[in-house]
Amino acid sequence: MEPAEIIQHSGGVIGVSWLMVALPLLGAAILLLFGRRTDRWGHLLGVAMSLGAFAVAVAAFVQLLGLPEAQRRQGVRLYEFIPGLADMGLLIDPLSISFALLITGVGSLIHIYSIGYMSHDPGRRRFFAYLNLFVAAMLLLVLADNYVVLFVGWEGVGLASYLLIGFWQFKPTAAAAAKKAFIVNRVGDFGLLIAIFTIWTTFGSVAFNELTGGAVDGAISSGDASQGTITAVGLLLLLGACGKSAQLPLQSWLLDAMEGPTPVSALIHAATMVTAGVYLVVRSGAFFEAAPTAQLVVTIVGVATLLAGAIIGCAKDDIKKGLAGSTMSQIGYMMLGAGLGPVGYAFAIAHLIAHGFFKANMFLGAGSVMHAMNDEVDMRKYGGLFSVMKVTAATFMIGYLAIIGFPLLSGYFTKDGIIETAMEHNQILGWLAVVGAGITGFYMSRMVFMTFFGKRRWADDAHPHESPSVMTVPLILLSIGSVFLGAFLILDNRLMRFLAPAVGLPEHLPGFHPFSVPGLTTLALVAVGVVYAWFRYGAAEVPRLAPRGSFLTTFARRDLYGDALNEALFMRPGQWLARFAVFFDNRGIDGLVNGLAAGIGGTSGRLRRIQTGYVRSYALSILFGAAVVVGALLYVGNM
Amino acid sequence: MTTHYLVLSALLFAIGAIGVLVRRNAIVVFMCVELMLNACNLAFVTFARQQGNLDGQIIAFFVMVVAAAEVVIGLAIIVMIFRTRRSASVDDANLLKY
Repeated sequence: MEPAEIIQHSGGVIGVSWLMVALPLLGAAILLLFGRRTDRWGHLLGVAMSLGAFAVAVAAFVQLLGLPEAQRRQGVRLYEFIPGLADMGLLIDPLSISFALLITGVGSLIHIYSIGYMSHDPGRRRFFAYLNLFVAAMLLLVLADNYVVLFVGWEGVGLASYLLIGFWQFKPTAAAAAKKAFIVNRVGDFGLLIAIFTIWTTFGSVAFNELTGGAVDGAISSGDASQGTITAVGLLLLLGACGKSAQLPLQSWLLDAMEGPTPVSALIHAATMVTAGVYLVVRSGAFFEAAPTAQLVVTIVGVATLLAGAIIGCAKDDIKKGLAGSTMSQIGYMMLGAGLGPVGYAFAIAHLIAHGFFKANMFLGAGSVMHAMNDEVDMRKYGGLFSVMKVTAATFMIGYLAIIGFPLLSGYFTKDGIIETAMEHNQILGWLAVVGAGITGFYMSRMVFMTFFGKRRWADDAHPHESPSVMTVPLILLSIGSVFLGAFLILDNRLMRFLAPAVGLPEHLPGFHPFSVPGLTTLALVAVGVVYAWFRYGAAEVPRLAPRGSFLTTFARRDLYGDALNEALFMRPGQWLARFAVFFDNRGIDGLVNGLAAGIGGTSGRLRRIQTGYVRSYALSILFGAAVVVGALLYVGNM
Repeated sequence: MTTHYLVLSALLFAIGAIGVLVRRNAIVVFMCVELMLNACNLAFVTFARQQGNLDGQIIAFFVMVVAAAEVVIGLAIIVMIFRTRRSASVDDANLLKY
């Protein structure tokens, strides 16, 4: 089934769906413009705006469910944005509303959690202003009905991410990490921009409702667009997606981004913003389905990243960086799913939503642990925390079981869907994804064993305690989602049928096969990973200082030498170029100008010696000149 | 017939020019300048006679007028220089230089 037509609509809640963007934006504006006056109640306003957006999203969702399937793509045109190019318009369809619910739902929980987490921070109001700004930009990104408005949101989340990673800007590492995230994202944004330019010149439109699969096929068959152009558009969109979603080769910023406050890592760098790349690929399905090469590259990038992220996750002692590696890896799964066509889209989005819950849950859990341990992030200084913070530990464990794919929890259904689909598509990719799941079992178990079990390796001044309920209640709500969402979305192909009006429906609906060979192998490998982790980090003593480790450990600790590679390939040549430019400017251009001036100055310095001040020498030159003139006149007169 | 006058004029001019170039006393230099002017006047008058028109004589009058004005100003300057520096040597008045 092809995606449905978009119909213009202006009634009901969908007609005022712009409130979803406007409310958090208003919150950010009030908090930033009124400054310190809002310090006392700023966080409450931030939470209220986020909850307001959530309420609008839920109401719009309910209204959408009440419509027949063919009418479930509702466009809301607001005003002319760039005349002749794009309108400011929103698109409420199953895909965007799924994201909107995730962003506002998980976002609101994280807002509430942040009240507790940031309670001692003097910049709490600014923090909530940025969080609201992020929610507004992210909603604009997913609700946009054309690529230009999407790009506005895309840059907005980039800005919010930059501001929040560098929130503690007095820490040089945080400032550097923010800058790094911004610069690496710029590379991806560049790809997205070129893609939008190409789409505009090829199709004369940037609106989603004019860029359907039919339009792309039509352009190819009529010769308006070559196959190469479509492939190029796909690859450029993928470049944009790679930047935002920290996929290879633009993955390097995500691990450093953990310098930001933990709720930021949970909201932006785990649950929502980093999945924008997956959204972009799914939303641009029309291009990818017409360009098999681009699709193949998407799946390869996904698999490469899911393995790279998993390997990095195995060696990190910093709990947040371990989770960041895991995020990379899980988004790799989503990318893989997004590269598999309409069957994969639903699994990718299902995994995305489930991941949004369990990863936000674990990040917030990690934040709760850090809150208890005086902001210590080194897992080698944790251990045995289960007995002191039971709620945090239990919710974290639920997230953990969900991500490793423990039967009947969220990850089990969603990840299995991606693996099965990949297996049908390409055996190699499928088996690599299975291996990745096994590694996930290992590194997540390592994290749990090092943090909550084993001997207490705490610092002397650590007195861990359970976090206040404003932090634990969001954890509990998120963990409930982590348990049930996967089954709810996947069984009966519920999400796939819901998304059909937006992304199309495959001809054969996949069934759920719990006892297939890949499914059982995945479970077996995960079990092996868990058991191995138990022997290494559960049963055995964990040294408080990281052992030197093998070559492979160093490889993973250094983020697979990604930074070193970037440095050697881009940073150093860039520095050389800059140094050469400085040299050329100083010696070349300045040299020319200064040399000319010095030459003229020197010559005139010599020439002025003629001015002796003696009247007779002037008189002599006058006489001489007069003689020359007379001689010349005589010569001319005699000719 | 007029050649002698022209030769005399050339001699007077040369004597005046050499005087300007080699003498140091400002008064003498000034007198040499006057000598050159009068050499020119002589040449003008001679040519007027030779050509049979009055142009040269008219110009000679102009030169005399200009020379008279020049003498007034020039002498005033020389007197002022002498008063301030107690010297009328043109080589001493060499401040206006590089």
